[in-house]
Amino acid sequence: MDDVTSLAFLTSVLAAAIPAATAILYACLGELLCERAGILNLGVEGMMLMGALGGFAVTVWTDRAWLGALAALGIGAAFGALHAVLTVPIGANQVVSGLALTLFGAGLSAFLGRDLVGRAAPDSFGRLHVPLLGDLPELGPILFRQNALVYLSYALVPALWFFVYRTRPGLHLRALGENPGTADALGLPVAALRVAYVVAGGALAGLGGAVISLATNPGWTENVTAGRGYIAVALVIFAGWNPLRAAFGAYLFGAVEAGQFRLQGAGVPISSFFLNMLPYLFTVAALVLASRPAARRRIGAPAALGQAYVREERA
Amino acid sequence: MASAIPSPRLERRAAPSAVASAVVPFVAVALALVAGGIVLWAAGEPPVAVYRAMLDGAVGSRDGVAETLVKTIPLLLAGLGVAVAFRMRLWNIGAEGQLYLGAVAASGTALYVLPDAPAAVLIPAMILAGMAGGAVWAAVPALLRARLQVNEIITSLMLNYVAILFAEYLVHGPWRDPVGFGFPGTPRFPDAAELPQWGTTRVHLGLAFGLAAAGILWLVLGRTRWGYEIAVAGTNARAARYAGLPTARNILLVMALSGALAGLAGMSEVAGIGHQLQRSFSPGYGYTAIIVAWVGRLHPGGVALVAFLLAGLLVGGDALQMELGLPAAVAPMLQGAILFFLLGGEALARYRVTWRRPTPIPGGPAPVVEPG
Repeated sequence: MDDVTSLAFLTSVLAAAIPAATAILYACLGELLCERAGILNLGVEGMMLMGALGGFAVTVWTDRAWLGALAALGIGAAFGALHAVLTVPIGANQVVSGLALTLFGAGLSAFLGRDLVGRAAPDSFGRLHVPLLGDLPELGPILFRQNALVYLSYALVPALWFFVYRTRPGLHLRALGENPGTADALGLPVAALRVAYVVAGGALAGLGGAVISLATNPGWTENVTAGRGYIAVALVIFAGWNPLRAAFGAYLFGAVEAGQFRLQGAGVPISSFFLNMLPYLFTVAALVLASRPAARRRIGAPAALGQAYVREERA
Repeated sequence: MASAIPSPRLERRAAPSAVASAVVPFVAVALALVAGGIVLWAAGEPPVAVYRAMLDGAVGSRDGVAETLVKTIPLLLAGLGVAVAFRMRLWNIGAEGQLYLGAVAASGTALYVLPDAPAAVLIPAMILAGMAGGAVWAAVPALLRARLQVNEIITSLMLNYVAILFAEYLVHGPWRDPVGFGFPGTPRFPDAAELPQWGTTRVHLGLAFGLAAAGILWLVLGRTRWGYEIAVAGTNARAARYAGLPTARNILLVMALSGALAGLAGMSEVAGIGHQLQRSFSPGYGYTAIIVAWVGRLHPGGVALVAFLLAGLLVGGDALQMELGLPAAVAPMLQGAILFFLLGGEALARYRVTWRRPTPIPGGPAPVVEPG
């Protein structure tokens, strides 16, 4: 039995936490853009599943994992577009449309992937040891011996933070979700921008799915995401719609997930069924914390989140 | 630039057109079947043969119809539960977990609390236990929402995973049948715990529970003050607050009722079909119930009709698996597609297409293009 209090154990948990978190992180960043624009998309799970399947299928056909990742971006974007069309120009109920997207994506991916279950991946994103940084004690194995999609996410998080809080288009994005009427009055194409952000969010969710099927567990099985899409939605709230906090939340979540497997491996005498509950219970706890009045005042949700914008109905 | 050709324009109606509202669900189902057919065809499966096999499996024989009725029961009960919550705009998507907890509570009652009781005592006790189990599980997100404004969508969904893992723990661990031949499940219930079945079919008394629940809900929602309060809170939360309606209390009551109905669905599955608690006894009934509720227009009668239709889809999907070796996932795929087309259609029913000739005013502003 490993010593679960040793530094080596902690390092191995954190090194496994980062890739486990990256799938959720991409999906979370995508949902963050979408919600900042005022559109709630509960279809993340379905878009991740389609991205995971599409990415894996393209990799099987082309023998190239990076083509699979690109395909996952495209497929996620296409499914995001479905939600965007229903909720922005048509103004359908965002909650139900998102749920429909999840059910549709889960069913479609299970059907289309029927011949890919159990297929070995011809190519995947393996670990890349970053020279020098990868040799740092503790930090090296945790942060710099990961796959390429993890490194891409390291760049994406600060880039999105800068975009949202420090650029003019980022300001416009926040206006879309806070007060689309004002954004409209400023001359912004509200509907077109909202569609674009929902599509971009879908692309990132698709890529998040591909992290699972092309990097962390290369391959395809039905429902391989196991609720991670919904966890990503919850983390957006936990993160207060801030990309940096989203990364923090995702890594915390990854640590819970990885720690649960390591604890089982270490022979901790708690039933694995209870350890498996931890990520879900952790999500509920995180939401409760994020919903405290003090936290709520500080990080408030986009005011127009979930509301269709129709110009004639402006209050 | 200004052409004389009339251009179509979407105009918003004050209320959805009555004709469109009635026609939209049928059009949605038809379009979903067409879209699903295209997917099937693209995947190299003959759509007509697939649909025929599904229809045959679902309603083509006495056994098929009976099996469709069997699957109608959990969809009807859980669908009614989801519909009650959605009426108040409480997005309870935890019906699956509530169903599991109801089944767990009912199983515990039959196996460990009242194992020697006669049916006249045991079955009502299991009904109460099942409803209480579901209600308690739904009360968690309800309390968090009512007291702390925690989003109930995510919490109710996360608790699904917890409930399913808890049931798995029980059937693999303390409740496991010692002579179960490696199949994770509890021992078989005492005979008194079995719901009576109709003739030689598997259709059981749960169908009566479902129909009774639909009737009672129709009365409560449509004919009582409380039903009216829920409708007001659902359509206009601000008006409900100004009218002094007890919002927090109604959130709790509605969610508990919603969970109790899902719990009753779980109870009737284990008492009517499984006669033991097995792992993954529900193929996602709680999720399908969301579609049942929405496509049924959150109306008890509509829910009953749609529960039967979607049960047929599930049975048809199973038939596909057996006869053509296709994954049963064709059924959820079609369900998702139906929901999509219904949503699009519902929203479009609020618009009317008018043809108008653009009449540009010389020197005036260009015609405003509406965003949607």
